[in-house]
Amino acid sequence: MQQISPKIQTQASDYPQSGSPTYAIEARNLNVYYGNFRAVKNINLPIERKKVTAIIGPSGCGKSTVLRTFNRMNELVPTAHTEGEILFLGQNIYAPQVDPVEVRRRVGMVFQKPNPFPKSIYENIAWGAKINGFKTGLGKPSMDEWVEHSLRRAALWDEVKDKLHQSGLSLSGGQQQRLCIARAIAIQPEIILMDEPASALDPIATLKIEELMHELAEEYTIIVVTHNMQQAARVSDYTAFFTMDEDRAGILVEYAQTNQIFTNPKDPRTEGYITGRFG
Amino acid sequence: MTGRNYQIGSPISPEFTPRLEARHRSSKLWEMIFKLSTIFGILVLALLMLTIINSLAGYVATENTVDPASLAVNGTPLDELDKDTLVTILQENVSKGLFRQIEREKPVEERSQEEIYNLILDKVIEPKVVKTWPLSESIFNRPAVLAEAAEQYPTATVNFTFWVNSTFLSSPQSSNPLLAGVRTAILGSLWIILITTLIAFPLGVGAAIYLEEYASDNRFNRIIQTNINNLAGVPSIIYGMLGLALFVRVLEPLTSGAMFGMTVDPSTANGRTILSASLTLAILILPLLIINGQEAIRSVPNSLREASYGVGATQWQTIWHHVLPNAISGILTGTILSISRAFGETAPLVVIGAATYITYDPDGPFSKFTTLPIQVYQWTARPQEVFRNLAAGGILVLLLMLLTVNAAAIIFRNRQSKHKL
Repeated sequence: MQQISPKIQTQASDYPQSGSPTYAIEARNLNVYYGNFRAVKNINLPIERKKVTAIIGPSGCGKSTVLRTFNRMNELVPTAHTEGEILFLGQNIYAPQVDPVEVRRRVGMVFQKPNPFPKSIYENIAWGAKINGFKTGLGKPSMDEWVEHSLRRAALWDEVKDKLHQSGLSLSGGQQQRLCIARAIAIQPEIILMDEPASALDPIATLKIEELMHELAEEYTIIVVTHNMQQAARVSDYTAFFTMDEDRAGILVEYAQTNQIFTNPKDPRTEGYITGRFG
Repeated sequence: MTGRNYQIGSPISPEFTPRLEARHRSSKLWEMIFKLSTIFGILVLALLMLTIINSLAGYVATENTVDPASLAVNGTPLDELDKDTLVTILQENVSKGLFRQIEREKPVEERSQEEIYNLILDKVIEPKVVKTWPLSESIFNRPAVLAEAAEQYPTATVNFTFWVNSTFLSSPQSSNPLLAGVRTAILGSLWIILITTLIAFPLGVGAAIYLEEYASDNRFNRIIQTNINNLAGVPSIIYGMLGLALFVRVLEPLTSGAMFGMTVDPSTANGRTILSASLTLAILILPLLIINGQEAIRSVPNSLREASYGVGATQWQTIWHHVLPNAISGILTGTILSISRAFGETAPLVVIGAATYITYDPDGPFSKFTTLPIQVYQWTARPQEVFRNLAAGGILVLLLMLLTVNAAAIIFRNRQSKHKL
């Protein structure tokens, strides 16, 4: 673990402080239950704006669960139940008056397994924009331009520009995943959640996704769950380390700038995990 | 099994006794058993088809009661006469009582020239079948058949007849086997299937969507689910009794069309109509449609729903744009099977009072009706041997129609699944 990404030059304090309006999104006292089982316990996790934040930890420690609370995706699991707050633009997205559909428009998501719609590449991008009321008109981009822009942004345009009307499923795994990223950015979210986006991909495709995450961080806040610690070290500015406590609930152990987590972890459990002695 | 070398390299460690030969033997045995059961099924099916085909054609000996040439007016053959002349001929040659009965069924003014001609054939000329021979005998034992016919029925004409011919397809039911046909039954079946599908398909798919996508997993919904599963196994005659009590009796004003001022004939103003039959069959296939629809919807991967919600789609947008297009081929497969089931149903229709003898076409949801299976059932119940041939013909027509409906649905389904790439 000596080769730590040198890209972090931020002057922010070592440990992001809660309550600052500069945060893109923030979990406060978050508890998630599946039925009676508490999957994560008392999570406080403020996410820096326009940075890549990685969530690492052993299997079953609730990384994905926490990620999915950021756009209320957990609600699709019938038994799931959330306590605590997720603050987004000063608003608790779990407040009763908040519409999860609007939350998901502003907090996009890329999943572990590439899941393009079984439609054409063009439709994959255009559909999300269409249902969210994308308007074309004078001085505004047309849908074709919008699709091109999104695909360019996801570094996929050159590979698919001649086959926009072929099925999204005809692409390779890595291309499909970039299509999913293009689909997510086509609706102009502020935050993009990525749930192990490269775990089903080969090393070259993984590298492309990682480069893309770097580029996208100029414009979007990115939260990525990963099993791959090198990946966390390579792509992220901040890293949160989760583990399980005695009753198998996920807890946040340590959260800091990535280079600090990987070079000078404060908690022995973090050190054990990143050096491979545990987890 | 002999000649294969199960030993590769040195013997494996003593903890394992692979018994490869025995394991392969039992493998082979099971394969044989499954193959035999398939072969048995095919044989039974082939036997069934042979029985039907054997009755579909063969030599027939017929005798006319009245020579049709004697009825010709001024040398014009009977089938070229106009309607009024035919009515006169009919009136002259049948008893007053029979003519009144014909008038009661449907006034002669409302009947076409063709219908009157058929009535004359049926009631006046009265060709009678005296003997039929099955197809196998007619082919393999032809001289003996012809000799027997010449000896026993010297006045009869002997023809090789295909029972499924244009007369059979275009004629209504008749007590004379030579004139009887399945037109009314085909039309009745088509009307019923059309209305049944129109009622059951939206209800079934709707309920399946609700149960799979909206309903939460609570005790109430589990009870509903269990009941739907059980309803799929209820004998169809029970549905017939429900149909009789509910649609024919209680909802008579609706099903007889009286509510819409449709009733023309007061003697038949009851609920034994196409609409009642369709409603009954719709309820009968509804559990099948729901269960199948749920199965199809459940097979749509969750990752697709997540993808859709992930770009800010509402539940309905997710269902309409992603779940249904991906489930539709499964839903349609189940619908095809359910429609085939409804097509062949006899028992509930007998209970709700399908007409077994009806000579005019159904003209809407409020008509009396008969269907192909009812017709086949009715023909097989007749004592005369010759009606077995008609029943076989009816079965063939039923099978061909099922095949057509299924083929059409499959083509539609395949086109549907091609659309979604």
